[in-house]
Amino acid sequence: MSQTKKEMLVDPLVDNNPITLQVLGICSALAVTSSLQVSIVMALAVIFVTSFSSFFISCLRNQIPGSIRIIVQMVIIASLVILVDQILKAYAFEISKTLSVFVGLIITNCIVMGRAEAFAMKNPPVASFIDGAGNGMGYGLILLLVGFIRELFGAGSLFGVTILETVNNGGWYVPNGMLLLPPSAFFIIGLIIWAFRTWKPKQVEEREYKIQQVEAH
Amino acid sequence: MSDTQPHEPKGAIARFLAASPDSVGKTIFIAVAVCLVASMVVSSAAVSLRPVQEANRLKDKQVNVLQVAGVYEPGIDVSEAFAAFEPHVLELATGEFVDDKFDPATFDDLAAASDPELSMALENDPAGIGRKSKYRVVYLLRDESGDLNKVILPLHGYGLWSTLYGFIALENNGNDIFGLQFYQHGETPGLGAEVDNPRWKALWNGKKLRDDEGDLQISVAKSQPAAGPEYYVDALAGATLTSVGVDNLVKFWMGDEGYGPFLAKLQAGEF
Repeated sequence: MSQTKKEMLVDPLVDNNPITLQVLGICSALAVTSSLQVSIVMALAVIFVTSFSSFFISCLRNQIPGSIRIIVQMVIIASLVILVDQILKAYAFEISKTLSVFVGLIITNCIVMGRAEAFAMKNPPVASFIDGAGNGMGYGLILLLVGFIRELFGAGSLFGVTILETVNNGGWYVPNGMLLLPPSAFFIIGLIIWAFRTWKPKQVEEREYKIQQVEAH
Repeated sequence: MSDTQPHEPKGAIARFLAASPDSVGKTIFIAVAVCLVASMVVSSAAVSLRPVQEANRLKDKQVNVLQVAGVYEPGIDVSEAFAAFEPHVLELATGEFVDDKFDPATFDDLAAASDPELSMALENDPAGIGRKSKYRVVYLLRDESGDLNKVILPLHGYGLWSTLYGFIALENNGNDIFGLQFYQHGETPGLGAEVDNPRWKALWNGKKLRDDEGDLQISVAKSQPAAGPEYYVDALAGATLTSVGVDNLVKFWMGDEGYGPFLAKLQAGEF
């Protein structure tokens, strides 16, 4: 194996982050990041699903027929997602109401499928588990960054605790309402990708085209 | 089966595991086995967690009754505060309480809507609910002297994707709206789900259902209708169909097929 286990866990955080480098899983990252608490629960749910789905798929990898492998992967992923959804409904009812359909949509999160297909089908169970957990954490890291910025500047609070007293409550801070709307996460994720690629220029993709200089006569 | 391994595995299970996963038999076996295991895991989780989820749902419903009546504060004892509300089973057609027939604490009016004995199919069905229960559980809130303060009525109807379930709180004259709130729906987050937005919910406060002639005038619309601002709630931006759904369900439940007979009695001061 070319990577050590530690690399497998740490690599997806920055160097090979599923959101900023592979640009996967953007949909839910836009929708659930309006507050930090919800972002954390979503991140934990995705870490759980990616790590365990990779583990189980890897256990079965030599037995899964090629013709139905995507379906088998989906069944395992979907079962885990339903499990998470049921547990949230039982023990974190308020948060599960805020997350609404987005827990269910982890099934279609490309990160989970991507790790199952790209890694777990070719590697042993423990390595797959760590790889899944690492990628889930890479996703979670971006969620927390976006959630932090959106809740702090959009609502003036962190984890629901007021940090910047907003004008509506008699304070000085005029909240940026746009940050509470999903489109703002596009800008924030874009800026994070810019920051990551400035820090690690290796991540910058090659241009697909080159503008030709034409001599004017 | 193209089994060309040098060491022939011993035993039926070992032979099966070593067989090529792409054979027809194994494909079917894996498909069935994975589905069986997955369905067992999912169904046992769903069954074992149901009591906790039901308790959450009940508490959430009580919190919503408290919120729509404007008495909810974070951290209060929900079941204690909820005890101040008098539940009654209301017969919609007559506007009478039938607490002797059903126990208001346990009667489930949403389940009753699919019971042929207790419900009726709707021919005129603007709320998109198909059948309505003939009975609904309503809550009365009285002040210290025992005078009626507010009534809380459940209502539901179809929006864009989902049925919205909620409560409307009316003042004791049966015509002034105190608040409207949905406790369960599956509308689009950020668009239709803005029915939960406190600023939009606040628009309902102080609106009136009927004009002086007794015609139902309340509406959710994009621009103010001729009836006047006290009968008009601004529709949600970007959620036309959800707004139409809310408009329809409020009109349906406040109309003659819904709580109309009860509201008429309420206005006459019978409670």
